[in-house]
Amino acid sequence: MSKPEIIVEPGSQEIVTKMTFNAPRALIFKAYTDPDLIPQWYGPRYLTTVVDVLDARAGGSWRFLNYDPEGNVYAFHGVYHDVVAPERIVQTFEYEGMPGHVVMETAVFEDLGDGKTRVVTQSVFQSVEDRDGMAASGMEVGVNEGYERMNELMATLQ
Amino acid sequence: MARTPTTSDAFNAVAEPQRRRIIDLLALGERSVNDIVEALDMRQPQVSKHLGVLREVGLVNVRDEGRRRLYSLNSEALRPIYEWVTPYERFWRERYERLEELLDRLQRQTSGDEPEQ
Repeated sequence: MSKPEIIVEPGSQEIVTKMTFNAPRALIFKAYTDPDLIPQWYGPRYLTTVVDVLDARAGGSWRFLNYDPEGNVYAFHGVYHDVVAPERIVQTFEYEGMPGHVVMETAVFEDLGDGKTRVVTQSVFQSVEDRDGMAASGMEVGVNEGYERMNELMATLQ
Repeated sequence: MARTPTTSDAFNAVAEPQRRRIIDLLALGERSVNDIVEALDMRQPQVSKHLGVLREVGLVNVRDEGRRRLYSLNSEALRPIYEWVTPYERFWRERYERLEELLDRLQRQTSGDEPEQ
């Protein structure tokens, strides 16, 4: 597989990702907007993703649930601001465990020809702390672990 | 030159593109200031300044060999950055891996059918 490019600059409020897929643009757009397909890829593998609501049109909303193996549930929701098939989706993202911390997400699908498509995503957080604090949401166990190890390392380096 | 140092940790140190070029070069092995000046086509005072910053945060080590000072990369000091980026990387990599697998499955299913419009 080609490698995703993930841009997380220190002190910035955004995360940008770029990835090229060997698939036509229409199919990728479908993967992003079809409630039967979302559970097959959107969440981390160790969580089960259930689509509660998915109304992919401007003004529509979405709500996904993640279940971990212990049965804990993490819910996320947002609204679609702009859905232009098969080119672009602009939506908000909010973890229900941390209400009020809203992320604006843009996904752009670029047709590269030859059945290839480049996906560019931009997630803009309300603050640097929000971006870096995504760890605390419990959505991403790995981030917490990473921070702990980083803090330990920083402490030993100073 | 009298500017306040903008660097207190490895993160700030690597935020400067020229310093990242120097790090890339030192990743290949020890270099003197002149080696760096030539390889990267930078001015000597600049290189010295950047090396000073990198040394300050522990990203480069220096040793004297005769009349030459040789700089080398202390990659351990880069670890905080690596560790910091990795969780994000893991999250997105996994998401894209799964999307790629799904797209492969969908394309295998539809091959043999009418090509998608």
